[in-house]
Amino acid sequence: MELLPVLWNEWVFFKRRFWQITSAALIGPVLYMIAFGWGMGRGVQVEGQPYMAFLIPGIIALTTMNSSYNAVAVQLNIHRLYDRSFQEYIIAPVRVISITAGKILAGALRGMYAGTVILLISLLFGSMVRVNVWFILIMFLNSLVFSALGFYAALVVQSHTDMNRFGTFILTPMVFLCGTFFSPDSIPGAIRYIIYILPLTHTSQGLRGISTGGGVNWIHIVVPAIYFLGLFLLGLRQCCRVEA
Amino acid sequence: MNNVIELRNVVKKFGDTAAVDGIDLSVAKGDFFGLLGPNGAGKTTMFRMMTTLLKPDEGRINMNGFDMNRNRREIKKTMGMVSQHISLQSDMTAEENLELHGMLHKMDRKRRKQRIEELLEFSGLSEHRKKLAGHMSGGMKRRLMIVRALMHEPSVLFMDEPTVGLDPSGRRSIWDILKNLNRQGLTVLLTTHYIEEAEVLCNTVALMDHGKIIAQGNPEKLKQHVGAYVLETFKEGKTRYGFFPSEEEALSRAREIGGELVVRRSNLEDLFLKLTNHGVGG
Ligand SMILES: Nc1ncnc2c1ncn2[C@@H]1O[C@H](COP(=O)(O)OP(=O)(O)OP(=O)(O)O)[C@@H](O)[C@H]1O
Ligand SMILES: [Mg+2]
Repeated sequence: MELLPVLWNEWVFFKRRFWQITSAALIGPVLYMIAFGWGMGRGVQVEGQPYMAFLIPGIIALTTMNSSYNAVAVQLNIHRLYDRSFQEYIIAPVRVISITAGKILAGALRGMYAGTVILLISLLFGSMVRVNVWFILIMFLNSLVFSALGFYAALVVQSHTDMNRFGTFILTPMVFLCGTFFSPDSIPGAIRYIIYILPLTHTSQGLRGISTGGGVNWIHIVVPAIYFLGLFLLGLRQCCRVEA
Repeated sequence: MNNVIELRNVVKKFGDTAAVDGIDLSVAKGDFFGLLGPNGAGKTTMFRMMTTLLKPDEGRINMNGFDMNRNRREIKKTMGMVSQHISLQSDMTAEENLELHGMLHKMDRKRRKQRIEELLEFSGLSEHRKKLAGHMSGGMKRRLMIVRALMHEPSVLFMDEPTVGLDPSGRRSIWDILKNLNRQGLTVLLTTHYIEEAEVLCNTVALMDHGKIIAQGNPEKLKQHVGAYVLETFKEGKTRYGFFPSEEEALSRAREIGGELVVRRSNLEDLFLKLTNHGVGG
């Protein structure tokens, strides 16, 4: 099992930084719930349900996205460009696909951790989220997509500044536009089509569908799955090329 | 075949400049091999190619009978590398850095535990085992880098300036570690800018300049080749060096010129400066 050292590495880090990781993962989503859910959304109905019930699946989607992306991107960027410890992986007799799969899986697990904590916290906000196997699966798929994106990004960029820029230009728009806080259908024309191409839109809509008892729409699983495969392959190719 | 490493016509270019420009090289099993040369000569590039971190543009590299292009994983198993820059995971402890290395090299748990104890002891880091690598002093990091490279018991060890930034006693303690390892049969390749280090440790040295090897052999023989004695004269604000096969010849020349001068045995530094022609007139 060549994935084991990679996962162990992340586990050591997770244990050591447990509180930092947990608090960093919570702060954004909890603020969104307070500001948008309680503050602006009180008494508001969206698609025939209280705004809070509409909001929570969106928040779960963006939490799993941010946490898994950051878990991989920040760490790997540091390990590659700052303390150069990524060289340990490159120089070890381990298949590149194991490094890729291990790092991406570890990142996705971090996303799942944050998503689960937010799910529990949302109970405090009186949410009625229905969770089933498909809900968990979509959460995990979303974590894999953005973990893979983080892996690819961290191997492509040449500096810490570029890494930050990547987050600002790719992730931030998705946080707000991809059906997290409001339905993308309220956005006009071409922009709406673009939004429907993005993976996070499918995650938030997929989660919301299940949460409100509407069942699973396959498109919301297929689109993220395609993204994941594509990003995994890109990351793998980049990892073969990377020079430590 | 008694050579651990063989390079044939290896070339590596970065843009237009050839960092390594057609090198042939053989390193014998059990040798202590020093690669010397000025900044930018291509030493690190050579090491990165020999340790699978960089692919050559041309030529072949063979290690322990394995071809670098085809059997990278086999090569990785039998070689250890201490890079020029510290490459420890700064948010892991000394112990954890070694553990990760052992796991990546597929050592079983029992062997890892045992080896970590041995190496921490050996490097004098036992008391610091729980210290984060990021919180260690430069010398401790260097020692940890060296023992980490030894964790999986490689048969060839590459070290790119292993003692840079160490105090004299730290440097000497690393020399002892390296001498012991070499006595036990480990083939060691190192680069250094400390000529004394190369003279103390290496059985073979190669001088590199502008991506080419310009001299190679036993340090004593190389020194004899340029002249075992040096006459240093200081004139018009500049030191000049003259090389002589024996002390008598150097002294008799000294008597002829007179003035401010020194006669001494030559060292690798003289050889180095003479062959690379960096600021020294013959
Ligand atoms: N990644 C790179 N991209 C572009 N040029 C590079 C790269 N790595 C090395 N070089 C160039 O190749 C040449 C050889 O560099 P190298 O690091 O091998 O020298 P060195 O002998 O190790 O020097 P030093 O003693 O300073 O460590 C230099 O001109 C350097 O600028
Ligand atoms: Mg160098």
